[in-house]
Amino acid sequence: MRFFPLIWANLTRHKRRTILTTASVALALFLFASLRSVVTTLDAGARVGSESRMIVQSAKAIVFFLPMSYKERLAAVPGVAAVTWADWFGGVYQDPKNFFASFAADAESYLEMYRSDLELPADQRATFLRERTACIVGQHLLDKFGWRLGQDITLRGTIFEGDWTFTIRGVYRAVDPAFSEDALVFHYSLIYERYPQWVNPGWYVLQLRDPSHASQVAAAVDSMFKNSADPTKTGTERAFNAGFVTMWGNVSFLMNSIGMAVVFAILLVAANSMMLSARERTNEVGILKTVGFTDRLLFGLVMAEASIIALGGAVLGLGAAKALYRPSGFSAMGFLPGFDVTLGTLALGCGIAVLLALASGLVPALSAARLSAVQALRHVE
Amino acid sequence: MKIPLIYNLRSLLRRPVSSTMTAVGVALVVAVFIAMLALANGFRMALVRTGSPDNVLVLRKGADSELSSGVSRTNAAIIAALPQIATGSDGRPLASPEVFVPMSLDAASGGGDRLVVTRGVSAQAFEVRQNVRIVEGQRFAQGRDEVIIGSAIAPRLAHSAVGDTIHFAGRGWLVAGHFSSGGSAFESEIWGENEQLMPILRGEFFQVVALRLRSAALFDEVKRVLEDDRRLQVDARRESEFYSSQNGVLRLILNFLAVFITGIMAIGAVFGAVNTMYAAVASRTGEIAVLLTLGFKPRSVLASFLTEATFLALVGGFLGCLVALPINGIVTSTTNWSSFSTIAFSFLVTPRILLEGIIFSVVMGVLGGYFPARRAARMPVVQAIR
Repeated sequence: MRFFPLIWANLTRHKRRTILTTASVALALFLFASLRSVVTTLDAGARVGSESRMIVQSAKAIVFFLPMSYKERLAAVPGVAAVTWADWFGGVYQDPKNFFASFAADAESYLEMYRSDLELPADQRATFLRERTACIVGQHLLDKFGWRLGQDITLRGTIFEGDWTFTIRGVYRAVDPAFSEDALVFHYSLIYERYPQWVNPGWYVLQLRDPSHASQVAAAVDSMFKNSADPTKTGTERAFNAGFVTMWGNVSFLMNSIGMAVVFAILLVAANSMMLSARERTNEVGILKTVGFTDRLLFGLVMAEASIIALGGAVLGLGAAKALYRPSGFSAMGFLPGFDVTLGTLALGCGIAVLLALASGLVPALSAARLSAVQALRHVE
Repeated sequence: MKIPLIYNLRSLLRRPVSSTMTAVGVALVVAVFIAMLALANGFRMALVRTGSPDNVLVLRKGADSELSSGVSRTNAAIIAALPQIATGSDGRPLASPEVFVPMSLDAASGGGDRLVVTRGVSAQAFEVRQNVRIVEGQRFAQGRDEVIIGSAIAPRLAHSAVGDTIHFAGRGWLVAGHFSSGGSAFESEIWGENEQLMPILRGEFFQVVALRLRSAALFDEVKRVLEDDRRLQVDARRESEFYSSQNGVLRLILNFLAVFITGIMAIGAVFGAVNTMYAAVASRTGEIAVLLTLGFKPRSVLASFLTEATFLALVGGFLGCLVALPINGIVTSTTNWSSFSTIAFSFLVTPRILLEGIIFSVVMGVLGGYFPARRAARMPVVQAIR
């Protein structure tokens, strides 16, 4: 520690260079944390949803409806505690760019099913259930469009033609941040009045009595409807959500390879500036050696300087990412709910910073250590 | 008077490691920049190429995608009778009432399934969609359980080789052939005969009617006639515009990513260039003083150092282009959120994108070189020469 003033003096000799190098390390790690968080957020999205709930969908494809009559038959399957269903509504609010999820649901059983995941005040819940044209929206969605409780909003139906006006009677908060707060849920009966032949369950949700019986229940349900006009495909809710995540394609590969390129590019910048510093100080190294600094000590001094730059940059970059995304509620237009920099990402970022310090400091540190005093003093700028 | 370029070149070569590192740093940024743009461009082109300006798509009023549309058999017949529609080689109007539905099919590897658009088309479809070509096997036979599979999606599906039987909708379908369509989204689809697919898929109606007009100029007239017809309740869209307007949000995200990622990387690379150039200026203080004493104008010194930085970045830019070129044509896939189905498309590196990469590198060089160059130009001669 007693050499800290010397390291500090070296760092502050070229203030501009030190600041620029630290800033580029910070930028690299900020970018790394951002890219990595896309992957972890998608993974968290794949894990949201309970193992004790199952989704029954059409075996043909998710866009097919299932008959309303399945509800009673599903409820009778051994091991099923409760049944609800919902259907994709696909409403557009003002402009198609304002994309968010909207569902028509069997409201009472739906809220009961997700009671532990959605925080909805009891009075709002009661009003919503009582009122035919009411809807509930996520807190984040409400804030995004600046809506108020009690406001009427109109969505243009893309699947169910026409304009649909709902009154916001409830605002829910998601208990798990990966559960989307960018959704709107309303009573299916509203569609039923206009298009009685069209509205049908897009998917059923089953609550299991015992999660360990999931595969038996799935087999029982699927074999029950196997030879009907609408065969089903049943899986856990978690697997259902994971399926949506894989639909994005090879996001993690893309993000990781870009992340690698970023880190490598910045490594070059950092190593370059460390080498520039070292080259300019060849004379000094000679003097220090002459006055009795050991090779090992000189090696340590250069490495310490590189580490301060790399770790300082890491703290700034990772800290900025952590401080920026979650508090600002960034969610990539609702595609990445609960976007946050995880502790794992922070740890990985710090690991990269250490590697960066080693890689950028090693060459100049070694050459400083190996240089003979005579040679160094002879060195002419 | 200008300082000769050879001076800059030799200066760069005297610091080979530092120069190389800076150039490679710029190269990486340019490579990522090009890769991101090629990804966004490939996706856009797959959608754009899908439509032809001579074609019209007729959808149910208010439907924003083929998935949510529906046109009854009666209405399809009314639409096909329009006089503005071109006639085919067999003398029948070039109208293809189509069934459109994503089916879940087994993926070729890794298990799981993929949602793939299955499109039931009429015999006229191959004259309406003129870029569709059979690349292997033959067209599906009328009245049989046969399909043809798009060349982009075929390798990603199980049982998709010509002659195999692929299972969906509770039936087996003989794969009669594979088709290409110039890199468009149709290559991610399975086509069969509409009359075969309609009853087992979504009941007695079509999703869209695709028309080929006698001339693209007739579009406005056709649109007016169709949309004013109270029986039909449809929207008419120019096919090229319809497909290129799809997936606006996803394209927005891709473009945002390209700008965000390369923007931040570029700032880092500029910092690197600034460091290198400042160090260059500092270690050449004596030289610069000599140049100024010899009578070179400060302006020339500024230009010289700026040129050096730009040249370094330009080398990086070309290197980046070379690194990024091999990704051209690599096929990747994502989901077409308008139909919830898989769309396979390839990275598309165009000369324009390469040029943008080069320009980008020059901008980085100028930004990174300006302040160090200005310092060199303003150097007080007497002090410097000591």
